[in-house]
Amino acid sequence: MDETASYPPIEPSNFDLIVIGTGLPESILASAASATGKNVLHLDPNPFYGTLYSSLPLNELTSFLRSQSQPLTPENDESTPQLLTLPLYSSIEINSLSLEPIENSRKLNLDLSGPRVLLCSDSMIDLILKTGINQYMEFKSVDASFVGDAEGNLGSVPDSRSAIFKDRSLSLTEKNQLMKLFKLVQGHIGKESGEDDLISEEDLESPFVEFLNKFGLSQKLKSIILYAIVLADHDQDNLENCKDVINTKSGIDHLALYHSSIGRFPNANGPMIYPIYGQGELPQAFCRRAAVKGCIYKNGLDSFNETFETPFGLGLDVRFVVFKKLRCDLGWVLRMPVAALLMDKDGLTYKGVKLVSGQELFSNQLILAPCFMIPSRLTPAAQVANSYDVGRRDAKEKVARGICIAKSSVKPEAANCLVFFPPKSLYPEQKTTVRVLQLSGNVAACPSGMFVTYLSAMCDNAVEGKKLLDAAISALFSLPICGNSENNGIEKLSEHTDSKPILLWSALYIQELTMFQDSFNSISFTPLPDEHLHYNYLLDATEKLYQKIYPNEEFLTQTNLPEEPVDDDSSELD
Amino acid sequence: MHGRPRKAPTQEEQEASSLKAVKLRELQSQLLNFHRNKIYTKEAVDISTKLLESNPEHYTGWNYRKLSVQNLLESALDSDSVQSILDEELRLVENALKQNFKSYGAWHHRKWILSKGHSSTDKELRLLGKFQKLDARNFHAWNYRRFITALKEIPDEKELQYTTDMIYDNFSNYSAWHNRSVLLSHLMEAREGHSGKENVLGEEFEFVRSALFTDPDDQSGWFYHLWLLYQTLKREPLLITSWPSTGSNIQLSVNGYLDGQSLLPVLHFQSKARKYPIILCFNEAVEGVCSSTVTVECEYHAGDDLIWTPLSANKLDFAQAWLTYLNFPDEVNSLKPYSVKITVAHVPGITSLSGAPCSTTHTSFTVCVPLHDLKHAELQTMERISWKEEKFRACATQPQDANLLHSLGNFKITVENKPSASDWSMETIFTEIAHCRELLSATDCKIGKLTLARLLMAHNTLISYSRPNDGAEIHYDEILALYRDLMKMDPKHLCYYEDEYSLALLKQLTSNTESLLKYSYEYQESTSPSMKSSLCLRLNGLSLSRLGSMECLLWVQMLDLSHNKLRSVEGLEALQLLSYLNLSNNKICSFTALEPIRMLKALQVLDVSYNEIGAHSVDSSRYLCSSPMNHAVGNDWNFEEFANGGIKLNDHWDAFLVFKDLNLIQLEIMGNPVVNDQLKAFLFKIMPELKWLDGEKCN
Repeated sequence: MDETASYPPIEPSNFDLIVIGTGLPESILASAASATGKNVLHLDPNPFYGTLYSSLPLNELTSFLRSQSQPLTPENDESTPQLLTLPLYSSIEINSLSLEPIENSRKLNLDLSGPRVLLCSDSMIDLILKTGINQYMEFKSVDASFVGDAEGNLGSVPDSRSAIFKDRSLSLTEKNQLMKLFKLVQGHIGKESGEDDLISEEDLESPFVEFLNKFGLSQKLKSIILYAIVLADHDQDNLENCKDVINTKSGIDHLALYHSSIGRFPNANGPMIYPIYGQGELPQAFCRRAAVKGCIYKNGLDSFNETFETPFGLGLDVRFVVFKKLRCDLGWVLRMPVAALLMDKDGLTYKGVKLVSGQELFSNQLILAPCFMIPSRLTPAAQVANSYDVGRRDAKEKVARGICIAKSSVKPEAANCLVFFPPKSLYPEQKTTVRVLQLSGNVAACPSGMFVTYLSAMCDNAVEGKKLLDAAISALFSLPICGNSENNGIEKLSEHTDSKPILLWSALYIQELTMFQDSFNSISFTPLPDEHLHYNYLLDATEKLYQKIYPNEEFLTQTNLPEEPVDDDSSELD
Repeated sequence: MHGRPRKAPTQEEQEASSLKAVKLRELQSQLLNFHRNKIYTKEAVDISTKLLESNPEHYTGWNYRKLSVQNLLESALDSDSVQSILDEELRLVENALKQNFKSYGAWHHRKWILSKGHSSTDKELRLLGKFQKLDARNFHAWNYRRFITALKEIPDEKELQYTTDMIYDNFSNYSAWHNRSVLLSHLMEAREGHSGKENVLGEEFEFVRSALFTDPDDQSGWFYHLWLLYQTLKREPLLITSWPSTGSNIQLSVNGYLDGQSLLPVLHFQSKARKYPIILCFNEAVEGVCSSTVTVECEYHAGDDLIWTPLSANKLDFAQAWLTYLNFPDEVNSLKPYSVKITVAHVPGITSLSGAPCSTTHTSFTVCVPLHDLKHAELQTMERISWKEEKFRACATQPQDANLLHSLGNFKITVENKPSASDWSMETIFTEIAHCRELLSATDCKIGKLTLARLLMAHNTLISYSRPNDGAEIHYDEILALYRDLMKMDPKHLCYYEDEYSLALLKQLTSNTESLLKYSYEYQESTSPSMKSSLCLRLNGLSLSRLGSMECLLWVQMLDLSHNKLRSVEGLEALQLLSYLNLSNNKICSFTALEPIRMLKALQVLDVSYNEIGAHSVDSSRYLCSSPMNHAVGNDWNFEEFANGGIKLNDHWDAFLVFKDLNLIQLEIMGNPVVNDQLKAFLFKIMPELKWLDGEKCN
């Protein structure tokens, strides 16, 4: 932290809102607040955008994971509570299975909270279009979805009319039933008010799986709909023990969302898209918008003007330029580690923050990324789960995430694809879905010729989580015989290598889904990255948080950004 | 691209379009001036470019353009300048198509340019790709695609793959399915033999089945399925029945009555002249039936001078039924049976509409000719025929009638070289029926039901070609139930379903002797001293709207079709023995609809009472019919001879057309709006032999 000395002092020192962290919720909130004329200071101690939502080169990723896995010992200072790191990640397990180091590892953009995609009609895309930040980003469509089993057989997901027609694995009756269901859903969603309901109220409240049973769908089709389209996490067939039973209404809403996503953008051939250069682009785009709308800039720091005149493209190199700028304090966010919080004499009312440079800054509100922690002075009983995390979830539930790198695709004809392992598909006791997203060089997740695969699954503990991910990995990849040992390498591959890609590198880690924090009136924590494949729930939670802080302000209304020089307008979201 | 409502133009749009119209009018008059004066200067050509780019529908503009290109090419010095002239034209067409990619003129101009030897077909394919992305069903683009692929000699297999891709993309693409059928027709022709065709059709049935099951309400796949069905059933034309029927024994009589001493069932045929008709019925309309294609072997008749006449109301050279007369020389007058053998030779000659040649078939029968007794014939008197119920006695209880019908119903005609494809066709139809039933059990869909009905009908037809009683199930009741369902589900197409229902019902009724027997009655002339009886087929009150299966009824002399829904009597022309016909209480709405009756030379009694003749002011069939207005009637149009007593050609030419050649003795015409005293008087005049008109005896 020797750079701290070079940080110039920030003036003025009073703000309406200080946001620490540049994760997606923090960036959206900063953007929303600055759009309504609030004085916002956006700080991030890290040299990159995104905090828990960032996309990082391989080494940065591993060191960030490790840095967020153990709490720092608090220094004793009663008046100024230290801002600590919450241990969000545990059981980090990094395996390098290749004798040679991963080439071009700097060219990898690995998502911290993958797998994650955007549905073309979801609320996140709507927000992106509404705020105009699509001009800062480019997307590629996810080519295909598959349902996998323990042997690694990947069956396609017939999710549209033409996909049903093409699918050779479906029987004629299945084709007929599936399309009938899709039509019913479209009819139900598209019906005019006053028309007869196509699906009874009673059915809408009943579990979706029962509705599908009534429809006479085969086990295979039910599984495809529940886990690959409606994206259920928990085993819906086991209604008594299921932690999250999806009812017909939400099942149908999700099916409708999925279908309206197909064909929304002419260049996207499936329902899902992925941002080129990774999910980390999203928070960065919101930060940029916040800056344009006056966050920081309004504070009259002349030195920032320079940044906004720099033409900014979406090319990789340009972004690194920005990163460099960030490192020397300039960007749309101030790179500034915060040392401590300033509290009132009673120790319960927030006043401001103290930077590592020693400068004290004051604000009415503080928003913190969930990876920070304020040393607790309350009894554990008084601690509450962060109410803006997505609810419905068991407190001890966690999400197991994995990242794999290989040199060939899990499905030769698809570069960017999703794979779903529904409950019981990998082994009989499998309780939750394992979701897999493979990305290729054409979304700049990695150099071309390489494939990055993200996995995630809900679990109650690290053992279960690792078991889930390991099962999925061994279904998809060829592994060296001697498991995870790092030295007796690649030559001894298992006999049935067939055409499966050889796993070169993997990282597995368990991420918390629920935080317990002291509640302060003026300090808010943003939600943790959730277990879902898309951002819908996260966005809902973020909006709720915003409305709690600013009950009378609108959340990101339709606004036109000033035209900025954008060198590449081939964005798919025209 | 399809099914999108057009928005009403706003004020501004209207103003803009009227402004554009002013400009276009200016350009147009300039262009027409250049065109008239054959001016092809650069300035003139530029004007045409402007006009065509903003209005590609200006056909004269395109013609002018072609003339100017020809003019320029004549003075072109080298290949480079030719190239640049043609390039300029291609660029113009491209811009015109951007304006309206459905402009016939523009697409045609492009073809014309390419036909000048200017080949840049790769570019053309790229351009097509763009247009087909814009609208995958645009048939202009598909037409042009066929033109280009022919020009570039792109193999059909490659194009077939392209249609597969387009269909995978969206299988509601009629144009892609259509192009597929065109390509496959070529490929099946190229691949010799049945097995190639069978494999192709089998794969295609499977391919389209996925579309049908995925979205049964989408019609594009069903249309393709229908095409496949036609291909499956497609076969050479076949002689299916004849009169006299194979193996039958005919005893000619002058009064239609002979003591039944013969042990064999005997057909009695009444003839005034010493000739009797021979009718050949094919399974589809054919042409080329003549003395060189049909051999008639007869002991007393050379048969090589026979004249065959097509029995068809509309197609001039094509007919399903053909007629000739066999004459008996006066010296032939014994009761000795003469055998007659007819052979339809497998030589190019008799061909169907699609050009397929007829297979070789035989039919033979024997004829007994009575003593030449003209006196007896003249003595014959006729009393008025009454169609009242009490005049008829059901035949079902009479064993001798059953025998008679059995011999009449023995239609089987020997076919040499039985086509080998029929087993495969049958199997394919079986499979399709099973799949169709499976689909209908899950989805209630109109076009699926219609297809099932068609499949079952096809299945029955195939069975009728093969040997009798080979165990295959006949499905007429199911077909009829399907059509009844469809009439309820889809009232918009009621008339079509009624017609199909009628055809199926008639097929069922005529399918075997037992069922025909149920509709056969004996007509008894109560007052006749000889207790003369005639066999009458009574198909009354069956809701028939159309006639079919006439090839099985060639023997019928007395036919009751009253109380049906007949709008047309097409098909009756084949029943050359018909003497008594009841068409009362139907929906016939014009005399022209009766045109097929003109060919029934034996007809003596006709009842068309209580129809709708004259009820509709607009009679569309009147303009399809041959008439003095279209000069199709021939030289024997001697209307003027009868045109006195206030009868006008305009009012009654259609009645004249139908009745002038008939030798009716009895006619019932009451209950039609057209009837008045004037018409009645006219009818008496043109039919001097008429004895009864609407029950009134004429003197």
